[in-house]
Amino acid sequence: MTKIPSPDSLIQDLSTKLSASLKEKQINNPMMVGIHTGGAWIAEQLHKNLNISEPLATLNISFYRDDFSRIGMHPQVTPSTLPNEIEGRHIILVDDVLQTGRTIRAAMNELFDYGRPASITLACLVERDGHELPIRADIAGLQLKLQNNEQIKLTGPEPLAFEIKQVEGQDQDNG
Amino acid sequence: MVNKNARATNPLLGQDHWNIQLDENGRLKHFLTIEGLGSEILTEILDTAENFTSVNNRTVKKVPLLRGKTITNLFFEASTRTRTTFELAAKRLSADVLNINISTSATSKGESLLDTLYNLQAMQTDMFVIRHQDSGAAHFAARHVAPYISVLNAGDGRHAHPTQAMLDMLTIRQKKGHDFSGLRVAIVGDILHSRVARSQIHALNTLNTGEIRVVAPRTLLPADIEKLGVKVHYNLQQGIQDADVVIMLRLQKERMQGAMLPSELEYYQQYGLTSETIKYAKPDAIVMHPGPINRGVEIESCVADGPQSVILEQVSNGIAVRMAVMSMTLGANAGAGTAQTGDDK
Repeated sequence: MTKIPSPDSLIQDLSTKLSASLKEKQINNPMMVGIHTGGAWIAEQLHKNLNISEPLATLNISFYRDDFSRIGMHPQVTPSTLPNEIEGRHIILVDDVLQTGRTIRAAMNELFDYGRPASITLACLVERDGHELPIRADIAGLQLKLQNNEQIKLTGPEPLAFEIKQVEGQDQDNG
Repeated sequence: MVNKNARATNPLLGQDHWNIQLDENGRLKHFLTIEGLGSEILTEILDTAENFTSVNNRTVKKVPLLRGKTITNLFFEASTRTRTTFELAAKRLSADVLNINISTSATSKGESLLDTLYNLQAMQTDMFVIRHQDSGAAHFAARHVAPYISVLNAGDGRHAHPTQAMLDMLTIRQKKGHDFSGLRVAIVGDILHSRVARSQIHALNTLNTGEIRVVAPRTLLPADIEKLGVKVHYNLQQGIQDADVVIMLRLQKERMQGAMLPSELEYYQQYGLTSETIKYAKPDAIVMHPGPINRGVEIESCVADGPQSVILEQVSNGIAVRMAVMSMTLGANAGAGTAQTGDDK
């Protein structure tokens, strides 16, 4: 099994990289959006580390999933908390694990229902193999290659930890 | 409190009329009546609805959840609020909506309910929303449509109006908190003809409401109403004394045959909720009404429009509750053919 750094140290790395990237792109007033639930936990810390004044927004993509007709309604749905003014804003979209890209596809669809952002930067704690869509992280804490039947999951919020488990079949749903 | 052994005598409803609402995994497949549903499902409906209220407050009031689904509104009785909020709910979930107006449809040429349903089924409808003057019509439809179709009851005769009851529960929960055990709820007016009252009583009981009262003249109360677990009052002032929630019902004159009331004026004098009589309820009591309101018959205008009234919030909540029930029932049908579940990360 692969040895993985702790989520907390990866968040520090991510903060540094993100901060540098924003400086380079000359983005002064970004809006940070964490994807429920793991992405929101990470975004909370990034938000603190980067001293972003505007409150953290969260996104719940349950209403935008592409597998509703397969698995139906998600029982635990927490609403998105997004201000209505995202028009023209530079958005930092934060998720825990990027794999297939389907979560990010859903998240971007939802964002565009709120308005037309100036840009979206995707920051992920872990980017692993298994992409199914042309979506890549702009900034990743860790690039990871796992076996096809392995799944990495962030547990939290206190403490944050990674859990790698073996999954059966191909019906896993990894963002 | 609820007499769960009470069996319907209506042949349209059948013996196990609440069980057909759930699929083999215990998920809501049809929504026909509150009866037989546990507090977990009712709470799930309320939680899901609460989340849809955020969609309804956005600039773009639409999510793609039911894209490609067809929902048919089949209304055999007049309705404004219920039909339009069902329609809006479906549209905000991105479903396509058919509104069948019965007075101008082939039903008025003698087509039976079943033939109407089968024809719409042949047009690949995924869901029927049915309002009908006969108790049990929605159950009847649920028994006969194809297995992948969901049926929602939008009011059947004097039997049930479950989405109305749930939007009322959502409104109470938003105003009075999640714990209903300390609440005193009074339902006032034409209980006899009211499917709304029946569904409200079942929902309030299931959600463990502290005290449920019904307040009406004897002629407007069904026999054995106490068996549903309510306290009966014939006097308005006593009935709403210290109530947290006062639900007024419309006097359903169109359903009344014979002399049930001396006159509207006398009814208003005895049972009308006015700026004077509302003082018997708690000062922070909320006033609800499923609509349409008869101003000056069951409620005074200044109360209906007053600070304690949440009548229009009920209307807004109606959209969210209907979105919740639509997505839950069509979600239960999801994957029925492939029988697989996803493991969410």
